[in-house]
Amino acid sequence: MELIFNQGAAGRRGVRLPKCDVRPFGANELPASLRRATAAALPEVSELEAVRHFTLLSRRNMGVDTQFYPLGSCTMKYNPKINERLAALPGFTDQHPLLPQLRHGEALCQGSLAVLYETERMLSELMGFAATTLQPMAGANGELTSVMMFAAYHKARGDQRRTVMLIPDAAHGTNPASAAMAGFDCREIASNADGDVDLDALQAALGDDVAGIMLTCPNTLGFFDKNVKKVIELVHQAGGLAYCDGANFNAIVGRVRPGDLGFDAMHVNVHKTFSTPHGGGGPGAGPVGVAERLLPFLPKARVVKRADGSYGLDYDYPQSIGYIAPFYGNFGVLLRTYCYLVMCGREGFKRISENAVLNANYVRSRLAPYFEQKFARYCTHECVLSARPQTRFGVHALDIAKALLDAGFHAPTIYFPLIVPEALMIEPTETESKEMLDRFCDTMIEIAKKAESDPEAIKRCPLNMPIGRLDEVAAARQPVLIAPNPAADN
Amino acid sequence: MPFIANTDADRQEMLAAIGCANVEQLWEKAAVPAPTSDFSMLPPGRSEYEVAKHVTHLAGKNASELVCFLGMGYYDHFVPAAVSEILGRPGFYTAYTPYQAEASQGTLQAIFEWQTAICRLTGMDVANASLYDGGTALFEAMMMAMRSTRRRHVVIAGAVSPIFREIVACYSANLDCRITTVPSVDEGSKQDALLAAVNDDTACVIVQYPNVFGTIEDWTACVAAIKARGALAVCAAYPTALAVIKTPGECGFDIVVGEGQPLGMPLSFGGPYLGYMCTTSKLMRRMPGRIVGQAKDASGRTGYVLTLQAREQHIRRAQAMSNICSNENLCALCALAYMTLLGKQGLVEVAELCMSKARYALEQLSAIRGVRRVGTQPFFNEFVLELPQDAAAVSGRLVEKGIAAGFPLGRYYPQRQNQLLVSVTEKRTREEINDFAKSLEAVLWN
Ligand SMILES: Cc1ncc(COP(=O)(O)O)c(C=O)c1O
Repeated sequence: MELIFNQGAAGRRGVRLPKCDVRPFGANELPASLRRATAAALPEVSELEAVRHFTLLSRRNMGVDTQFYPLGSCTMKYNPKINERLAALPGFTDQHPLLPQLRHGEALCQGSLAVLYETERMLSELMGFAATTLQPMAGANGELTSVMMFAAYHKARGDQRRTVMLIPDAAHGTNPASAAMAGFDCREIASNADGDVDLDALQAALGDDVAGIMLTCPNTLGFFDKNVKKVIELVHQAGGLAYCDGANFNAIVGRVRPGDLGFDAMHVNVHKTFSTPHGGGGPGAGPVGVAERLLPFLPKARVVKRADGSYGLDYDYPQSIGYIAPFYGNFGVLLRTYCYLVMCGREGFKRISENAVLNANYVRSRLAPYFEQKFARYCTHECVLSARPQTRFGVHALDIAKALLDAGFHAPTIYFPLIVPEALMIEPTETESKEMLDRFCDTMIEIAKKAESDPEAIKRCPLNMPIGRLDEVAAARQPVLIAPNPAADN
Repeated sequence: MPFIANTDADRQEMLAAIGCANVEQLWEKAAVPAPTSDFSMLPPGRSEYEVAKHVTHLAGKNASELVCFLGMGYYDHFVPAAVSEILGRPGFYTAYTPYQAEASQGTLQAIFEWQTAICRLTGMDVANASLYDGGTALFEAMMMAMRSTRRRHVVIAGAVSPIFREIVACYSANLDCRITTVPSVDEGSKQDALLAAVNDDTACVIVQYPNVFGTIEDWTACVAAIKARGALAVCAAYPTALAVIKTPGECGFDIVVGEGQPLGMPLSFGGPYLGYMCTTSKLMRRMPGRIVGQAKDASGRTGYVLTLQAREQHIRRAQAMSNICSNENLCALCALAYMTLLGKQGLVEVAELCMSKARYALEQLSAIRGVRRVGTQPFFNEFVLELPQDAAAVSGRLVEKGIAAGFPLGRYYPQRQNQLLVSVTEKRTREEINDFAKSLEAVLWN
């Protein structure tokens, strides 16, 4: 599609602004040394041209509202429409974040503060922790927040030796990256033949230099680690702390509370488990729950309920790690979370995880005969299969993904986790129907058969999409990251 | 209301297919432990109608009629209705990271257009898809400068937003780096002191443009001097101002970041916002975050892909340039839609309206006995007033009159107890400004 910059005409515009009702001050009145030479070459289009362009662009995307989107580890569940509408209420969207910092300002934001306070409480209850911070702006940001609190905890105890973070080999890439950003060295722990943490490898890696472990629970293979309690116990015995990557919380929400398993901290992606939209890659939020001993280190500010029943913000936490977000987190996203929490309520979450796990196992059982299961066991919310059998015919996970696009499905996550070759990581979520799962499985089976009978046809996919496979290697060698500027300033 | 499609009959059929008699058996086979809580603290679930009523009631508990002169990096700008309609397209907001390029050309082309638009606004060569917010973007810029120069010392101006500086301090607490903060003076950044703080280990000097007090400073010479010492020049810039002031690119900055909220995002009590980052072609491969590039398919058609991924966590893990994964994609789309609708002329007009109204406000407010502007340098749409009394107390009393008068700087700058940072956008009318001046006079002198 034509870029927006190549549409419209000089002098055309999309929006009219109010007349200036004071003495106008033009840009040319700024001192010459501070003035911009020429106006930025932004688009010059009518409102209709803009709306049509973006509407057409939006139709060149697959989304949950139009397609089954079984992207593993991402929990592409339905995004309830009422949440969008409520998050757009002007009472919420118009609030300046500095308002509560004005004198008596908290009284102006009681609605917003109530949402934050109650969301924290409900998430703490679901995760099984003493308190929750809503500040982290995504999952990875929650990971970082957690391990930064670990660092602060050890430091506060005068324990300076603990510079190592243990990370299982199946972990998401953000785990080691977050550990490194918090100043830790990473030590990798192997998985065993069942896809759980190898306890011997763990024992060998433990020592008085270990600050903690970052454990994904359920793990990225879609399994609930049978040794999870033992792992946490061993790490604790060695003086370390245990963090739970809760990206996969949808599998156990309303049933198991990671806090009860002994974890010290956990993040949850609300853009996964709690139905907030993924936005094409954010914004999300990654609240972090913590056990009692990490309370002093939570980020500032903390939302509190005062004796008179009003809500407020407290800043006086001398051991806090400080400000993870500029204010109180991605409020608009947290508001959608709140709506979902109160809608689902006490009984809802149990049904969510039950159906998520049932759907994943149903897909697993239907597809297992056609693909490889590196670890043949019941999964939780997602199943990881392998396209290794298809490689005999020269067909890879990537080719299967593209064939699925042609058939009208979004692809699963591929090539992750790294310990499963040719991984196809399928997460159906609880919001999909059995008919949809059957249609998907039928298609996968057809693709598996076709991979054998006519592999070239699969390798040519996709043919029905707006574009064919793109040459990524060439794109990275000679990157073109912006459109050329016809009216270049120089 | 958990939005589940399976009926009991479906469930029975599926359980049978996977060899389980009931759900409890499935949990056992999946090795998931038994519940340890009855979740009694959670309220019972509610219908959509009840939730809508309840949440609308909560929205009503927020003060809504305040006239806003609060800014400090986050501004009350007008947003055309078409912006939210565009963001509400299901193809955009119900998709995720565009790993499958063929199924994500909408998102990918939009990010490419966003990268183009923000580069044209800042006068830089390349941009990334987005970072979380302005403060974390500034931290990422600092990391990028340390990676590029292999130096560990950072100089930051006290006239950089204290909100940004607190974020930088938090994120760098466990890292091998030293930060020198150079105090601001009056409305300025103290360029000579910034330069004096640079040493052979300085990776970058970080400033804000216009600075936190609203002042537009000429950075060209200072930037050249910073670069002559082998350090990088980094600035956090207010994007709306860039429509009319000399571009950071022209000033010579190496990395430009900032808070993108003014480009069409509601204030929304602190987020979601948008961290943007632009840099030079030379530093492109040191940039964190997702980046979209142009590519061709086998039949020569042009499309867009995530590119330079070897910098990212899913490939590089502990050695990645950043841990960022989900970012603020929809907010970047928001900024693009806003800049498209306002367009080349419209954004200049917004900036000019801001400057005009701010100058009118300064005129009216500084005519009040005992009130004067701090400093005389050119400003954009924010300025600092010195009041004859404690600014926090005064602004507290103005809130009672329905006016969010600005931000009392004493909270972050102890020596500025009587100073109020006033911000004026295109939304403020002459009448609102007059009323503000009248009310301030009344609070001070009645
Ligand atoms: C297991 C796991 N951990 C962490 C993350 C990071 O979450 P976010 O993208 O919200 O930063 C993801 C997201 O893809 C994930 O799948």
